[in-house]
Amino acid sequence: MNTRINFAGIKMKNPVTVASGTFGYGREFHNFFDLSKLGGIITKGTSLKPRSGNKPPRICETASGILNSIGLQNPGIEYFAQNDLPFLKKFDTAIIVNACGSTVDEYVELCKILNKLDIDGVELNLSCPNVKAGCMAFGNTYDGVKEITSKVRKVLDKPLIVKLTPNVTDIASIAKGAEDAGADGVSLINTLLGMKIDIHTRKPILANNTGGLSGPAVKPVAIRMVYQVSQAVNIPILGMGGIINGEDAIEFMLAGATAISIGAGNFIDPYTSINTISEIKNYMIKNNIENINDIIGKVQIN
Amino acid sequence: MVVKVQAKLLDKIKLKENIYHFKVEAPEIVKTAKPGNFIEIRVSNNTDPFIRRPISIHNIDKNKGILEFIFQIKGEGTKNLSKKNIGEEIDIIGPLGNGTFKYNEYQNIAVIGGGIGVFPLYELCKEAKEDNKHVSTYLGFRSKDFVLLEKEFKKVSDNLIITTDDGSYANTGFAINYLEEDINQGKVSSIYACGPLPMLKAIRKLSIEKNIPCQISLEERMGCGLGVCLGCAVKTAESSKENPQYWHVCKGGPVFNAKLVEI
Ligand SMILES: Cc1cc2nc3c(=O)[nH]c(=O)nc-3n(C[C@H](O)[C@H](O)[C@H](O)COP(=O)(O)OP(=O)(O)OC[C@H]3O[C@@H](n4cnc5c(N)ncnc54)[C@H](O)[C@@H]3O)c2cc1C
Ligand SMILES: Cc1cc2nc3c(=O)[nH]c(=O)nc-3n(C[C@H](O)[C@H](O)[C@H](O)COP(=O)(O)O)c2cc1C
Ligand code: FES
Repeated sequence: MNTRINFAGIKMKNPVTVASGTFGYGREFHNFFDLSKLGGIITKGTSLKPRSGNKPPRICETASGILNSIGLQNPGIEYFAQNDLPFLKKFDTAIIVNACGSTVDEYVELCKILNKLDIDGVELNLSCPNVKAGCMAFGNTYDGVKEITSKVRKVLDKPLIVKLTPNVTDIASIAKGAEDAGADGVSLINTLLGMKIDIHTRKPILANNTGGLSGPAVKPVAIRMVYQVSQAVNIPILGMGGIINGEDAIEFMLAGATAISIGAGNFIDPYTSINTISEIKNYMIKNNIENINDIIGKVQIN
Repeated sequence: MVVKVQAKLLDKIKLKENIYHFKVEAPEIVKTAKPGNFIEIRVSNNTDPFIRRPISIHNIDKNKGILEFIFQIKGEGTKNLSKKNIGEEIDIIGPLGNGTFKYNEYQNIAVIGGGIGVFPLYELCKEAKEDNKHVSTYLGFRSKDFVLLEKEFKKVSDNLIITTDDGSYANTGFAINYLEEDINQGKVSSIYACGPLPMLKAIRKLSIEKNIPCQISLEERMGCGLGVCLGCAVKTAESSKENPQYWHVCKGGPVFNAKLVEI
């Protein structure tokens, strides 16, 4: 049985990665299992300079999902390179850094630094709904994505994955912007902009008023978007949004994802990612699938 | 070490109409649990409610491997939990939180709690008393009907003061007033608090005014309880508008040095 895949030039022993912002830099999960079992680890969104994040409450639960407005709190790239990367390098798994910034220059500066680090790839976060400047602002249009991706491409030799926001009308055209600018892959979806109001106080629960929705609640939207993007571009897709088990993962791969990421699923059970790997293998055995690559994009449309 | 276990429910006691005391078999958690630690409990078998519920550790029996917690039914999650039957298993992660109650260097410790905030204080009183500390406990409740665990706390305190806001039981007024009196008489070397936010704010202020070390247990909405989502933020004392700084309740807390947080 072969579960190995090649996503955007990154070789992984299986298609299961953990999503940015839901796994920290790996330390906390290392208590539960050997991180080398994962196909890859995508780090918390990391910026050029440290960011302190948004005011609390930053988390609120909704039906089969959660809204978050963390605001990209992170210790900055220098701290990451000195303290977290050496830890992550101890494991035999792909390390992909989720990169975020507020201006084009910031993204470029950050990627110059990332280019020199011993990492397997960069996931360019053009899609965080929780910070005022940057991120999603660039991710909203074909031109915006193309511009920033081309500038980053010039300074980055490593595999470049562009993370797309679902908060747009036509995600396929945005993905095209990334492809046209030379990205090696796209990842989707980031969180869907949402809101929850406490009917007793009449105030939104999140201090930021709005936040990003993730978890099983968003899965059908994510599947649809992965499918649409797979029809529009030739670069591979890292699919995510509500995956909590092997069946969900297979569904994303059938829709067109080469690899998948588990986000909020890590919160309900720290073992979700490695259970998903075993469940994918079980599905392969049951369905006589010798090579996991054989199911990518194999949805049979009506 | 933090572990995930399937803990068997050994005993279930209904303390009040909507408050339950659970005793579960969780030797792996109990082994390293400290007073002030909490656990994260899975409250459904499907995806709704989705995330775990943080609940404090109330009592641990290291010899028997038994862990106890008490919770109030607030919404769907705690309601589901209350329906578990004796003999059933509960999915628990713990012990969580690096910030726990520390009392070694102090002799006369004052433990103060309000309402359902009294639960995590029990293990603290018990361990401190076993270590021959002088434990004064001040527990405040709204009225007679809300008084909880009086008998239990009596056993683990050298001096227990119960108050009710309306005077319908024991002493009248707020627990903090009785604590303040004892501070003024020089009877208190350190303070430990858990309870509603207004009470914690008042205790924090008092402890700073009187220059007495104070540790408070905080709550914030959590995504993971493990320190990865960065959801459970609380401002540090140095935080300012221009330069906000945060601790995380599940990581640095839930127990903090009162001087180092802004609430
Ligand atoms: C460190 C810590 C220790 C706690 N210890 C205890 C305890 O020993 N006994 C007890 O009865 N309660 C305790 N709580 C509060 C308890 O977690 C909430 O009452 C519970 O999560 C409510 O869930 P629900 O589904 O019943 O209510 P809902 O209101 O429907 O919950 C909706 C969402 O909000 C979150 N939420 C609601 N209230 C709180 C709160 N006060 N703190 C954090 N998240 C909240 C829930 O976890 C859930 O995700 C503690 C909270 C924290 C953070
Ligand atoms: C608490 C939290 C923090 C997140 N932080 C980031 C981040 O820093 N960068 C990023 O690109 N995506 C971030 N995300 C989005 C996830 O990586 C993922 O795209 C999204 O949650 C959908 O997957 P899920 O439904 O499995 O959670 C975050 C999500 C959550 C829940
Ligand atoms: S709850 Fe996730 S970091 Fe504290």
